[in-house]
Order: sequence, then structure tokens, then C-alpha cells
Amino acid sequence: MTRVARLPRLVGVGVRTHVSYMSRSPIEITFAVLVPLVYATLAVYLFRAAGDPDRLLTASVGAGLMGIWGSVLFGSGGAVQNQRWLGTLETLVVAPTPLALVLLPITLATAVTGTYAMGATVVWGVVLFGVPLDFAHPLLFLLAVPVCVLALGMTGLLLAAAFVLLRNANALANPLDTPVWLLSGLLVPVTVLPAWTHPVSWALPTTWGARAVHAATSGGDVLTPMLAALALGTGYALAAVLVLGRVERRARAAATLTLA
Amino acid sequence: MLAIEADALRRTYTSRTGWLRPRRTETEAVRGVTFDVSRGELFGLLGPNGAGKTTTIKMLNTLLLPTSGTARVFGHDVAREPVAVRRRIGYVFGGDRGLYERLSALDNLRYFAELYGVGARDQKRRIGELLDLVGLTGRERERVEGYSRGMRQRLHIARGLLHRPDVLFLDEPSIGVDPVAARDLRRTVAGLAAAGTTVLLTTHYMAEADELCDRIAVIAGGRIRALGTPESLKARVGDRDVLEFEVYGVDEELLARVRRIPGVRGAAVEERGTAQALTVQSDRGAEPHARVLAALDGVRVGRVVSREPSLEDAYIAIVEDATARREPAEVTA
Repeated sequence: MTRVARLPRLVGVGVRTHVSYMSRSPIEITFAVLVPLVYATLAVYLFRAAGDPDRLLTASVGAGLMGIWGSVLFGSGGAVQNQRWLGTLETLVVAPTPLALVLLPITLATAVTGTYAMGATVVWGVVLFGVPLDFAHPLLFLLAVPVCVLALGMTGLLLAAAFVLLRNANALANPLDTPVWLLSGLLVPVTVLPAWTHPVSWALPTTWGARAVHAATSGGDVLTPMLAALALGTGYALAAVLVLGRVERRARAAATLTLA
Repeated sequence: MLAIEADALRRTYTSRTGWLRPRRTETEAVRGVTFDVSRGELFGLLGPNGAGKTTTIKMLNTLLLPTSGTARVFGHDVAREPVAVRRRIGYVFGGDRGLYERLSALDNLRYFAELYGVGARDQKRRIGELLDLVGLTGRERERVEGYSRGMRQRLHIARGLLHRPDVLFLDEPSIGVDPVAARDLRRTVAGLAAAGTTVLLTTHYMAEADELCDRIAVIAGGRIRALGTPESLKARVGDRDVLEFEVYGVDEELLARVRRIPGVRGAAVEERGTAQALTVQSDRGAEPHARVLAALDGVRVGRVVSREPSLEDAYIAIVEDATARREPAEVTA
């Protein structure tokens, strides 16, 4: 089988393996779901207080998107660090598969497990606050969420490239959490932010992924932002592929593949 | 073509401490190691902790870049052609880590089979063969977190063999494994070598090295101190007698006293449960028995055995000699 032909299977088996692995830690799943539920609760109260009851579903979905981003951000860094702790990073690197194709399924898996948060925040809104499930484009919503997950997973690959070199990846992950979800308009539109932040927002796949999901929820063009998210995510992934060759060589020179 | 060629390999680790006045410390882990391994050979790399065994293996299997020197695996340079090297090697290390604990053995093997490019059609058969080989058939659907250390080690070996590597690097595979599992492991390794796989093995267990290896290199302080067949290494201490004392409470001071006895060429003590085994090497015919007992005055002594020199005695003699001539490994700037 040619390398290109085995690619979908490699990614598929990798994502399945890592989603299974991550899903078997009850404590990790509990925290991944609990934090977005807190965000969702705050958002629903804020939107109600602002006299915006029509956008309660947007609040639930926005909190879910924050959960996906949090899962990708900490998951991509944490996943690489976890491989180090498990002692599997060396066995992954010593495999003849390029490091980018080893790491991509891991970052995609972190985005997939992030969708647990989306499910939880939507159900939380319905059950606790009686938020009606009146999606503007229900079918497009079901398409926009996986596309957003894919775009974020590919973005995670660039994060993972940086995290391979850092023994304490959380040092980079923590300061990126809140600014990115603010700049991406996951909960509040980017239009309310100062104009100088807009170019940064446009450069983030999270912005376009969130715009597509929000448009599917409350109305608007879904396809254009969805394609923009995919294109940007692909760009980030390609950048990661280019960077990873150098990163791996530096890791081999600096001996950062193991804890010992 | 040679399976492995290492030529003047060196590796230095650099670490920095302090913020305001950073200090850089360089540690020379490997200081110019040269050896080669023929196709199908079972080659042992022995040495004390921190001798440079694992660093050498990690340079050969592409996980570390050499600071200087070159190494090739089946003609492929480990620094410049890592992917070509990785296609031909398997890497197995000892201990509990390196597996996805919350997944089953089968899930672990399926995943690594993909990463190692085992074709979808061959995977099921290959995984079945390997589970049989390492004796895990019937337990493959259980989560690895419930496995004993011996079972994990066997799973590591199965993982390392998925893509039928030409060269297998085994880094202390029997560490912490019970004697029965260690015997099975030796049998598996011997079988692989007999089938034509080149094996580079590091171990602390001399009996294991003696039984398995065609040739052995003893590494200490980052340099190879001796290289040859187990018999040729044993011959280095062939002119010595060995006495083994079962003792209780021998410390460094007493050991130094024993070493000063005329005719004694070396002495080492090893913990064996509540007792210790004191091994004394002496010139043939020196008969230091009574003088050693006198030097051990006040220490409880059990059984005393006189025996022929073993590979372990040769190893101890080589390492002690290297320790006596040791250069500083760390340079601070």
C-alpha cells in the first residue's frame, strides 16, 4: 500500500486509539465537561441580564466551543507531555512514520473529546435553563461542529510542534487559553473588540470555526466561514509539518524526548 | 554489509542552572565509542549505571544526535537518514513505561502496527504470531494496566517486532522481571538471533550476557574498556582465583581493607536479600582466605566458596580498573 493510500487509515486508527485512551480517564472527562458547564451557566445568566434571551442557545454553544478549544490547547500540549510521562514519546518518534502524522491523530483526538463539552453545555442549557433547541440550520450545525473540530485539531498540531521541545508545556498553554477564545469570538462577537485586534482574530481558525457554528445556530452564512476555518487549519497543519522536521532534530540534539 | 557501525561516537549533555548568573554544565556521557556488529550477531553492551549504554543505544536508534562521530545501521547514517534507519530497527526498553495502560494489548499492537507500516492485510496474522511468540494469547483483550511487569515486557517485545526489524535494540529488557519470565525472555531473544535478527542487548545480568551474546563490549565512563567473546573476556581473569564470602554488614572501609591484602586483585560486595556476597579476586595460588577473614574481624561470615572466574568477575575487574583511571565527566562553565 502506498504511503498516501495508508494515510486515512493511519489517521483513523490513531484518532480511535487516542480518543479511546483519553475517554477512559473518568477524572479527565469530568473536568473537560465541568469547566464548560460553569462557562455555560455564567454565559446564560449574562445574556439574560443583558436582555438577550433569544441568544441563550448561542451562549450554550459558545461555552461548548470554549470547551473544545480548551481540550485542544491543553490536550495537545498535555498529550505530548503525557506521551513523555508514559514513555511512549520515544516509541512514537522511533517509528518510521513522520512525526507530524504521529501527532496529528493525537491533536485531532483532543478536539474530538472536546465535543463532549459541546454536548454537555447544550444539554445543560436545555435541562437547567429551558433553552429551546431552535437551530437556524440544524443540519449545517451537525456539519459545522465536526469541521470546527477538524480545524482546531489541525491548529493543535502547530501547538504540539512547539510543545515537543518544552518539558513543561503548560507554561505555554495557560497564557494562550483566555486570549484565544476572546479573540476568536467563541462567546462574544469579535466586533465588540478593539479594531486593532481584528487581524489577529482573522488569522485564527478558531474565529472562523466559531463563526460557522454560531451562524448555524442563530442564522447567517455557514459555508464561507466553514471553508475559511478548514483552509486556515490546513495552513496551520502544513506550517506544523514544516516546523516539525526541525523540531524533531532539535529534540534529538537537546535530548528532550524523555524525562530522564 | 555490517548491521551496525559506530565510529568514535561522542555525546555531551548540556544543562543550564540559575537565572541571573546562568551556569552551563556539560556532561560527557559517551566519549568516543567504536565498534561494529555483524548481521545476525547478538552483541552485548555491559556497563555500570551511567556508563553510557543507553546513550549509545539512543544514538544508534536515532533518538539522540551524536555530538561527534558517525554511526550507520545497514549503511544508513543515523544522523542524516533517520527514517531509513527506523524502518529496519526495533527498540525495546525495560520497565513499566512505554505502553498505553488504559488500552488492551491488542489495541496497543494495532496502533503501533499502523505506525510501523504493517499492511492492513498482514496485521491480524502478524499480531497473532507475536502474541503466540511472547505467550500473551488469550490475554490480549485485557487492559495493560492489569498486566504484571513480565507481561508488559513481553508486550514491549511484541511491539518491537511488529515490522520484522533487521536489528533489535534491547535496552535492559529483563530489568525487574522474575527469574521464570527472564528465562522465557532469554529463550525468545536467542530464538530471534537464531532466525537471523541482529540484536544489540544491554543488561546488568552477567549470566544473561554470558548465555546469549556472541560478543560483548564493556563500557564504563563513556568508553569501551574491553571487547570480545565471553570466553576471551573471562580469559582476562583466568590467572586469578575467586573466593565468595557470605557476609553481613561489610562497608566501604572493610572493603578497602580487603583490597589492600597482598595478592588480592579486586573485591566487590553485592547485596543479596539480608546477606551480602563479598567476591575477592586474587592472584592464582595467593590463598588469601585466612587474611580476608582476619580483615573481616567482627563481621558475621557465613559460607565461603572457591570457584572458577566467571564473566561477572571479568566484568568487575574491567570496571574497577576503569574506575581507578576515571576522568571527570562534568565540565562547568
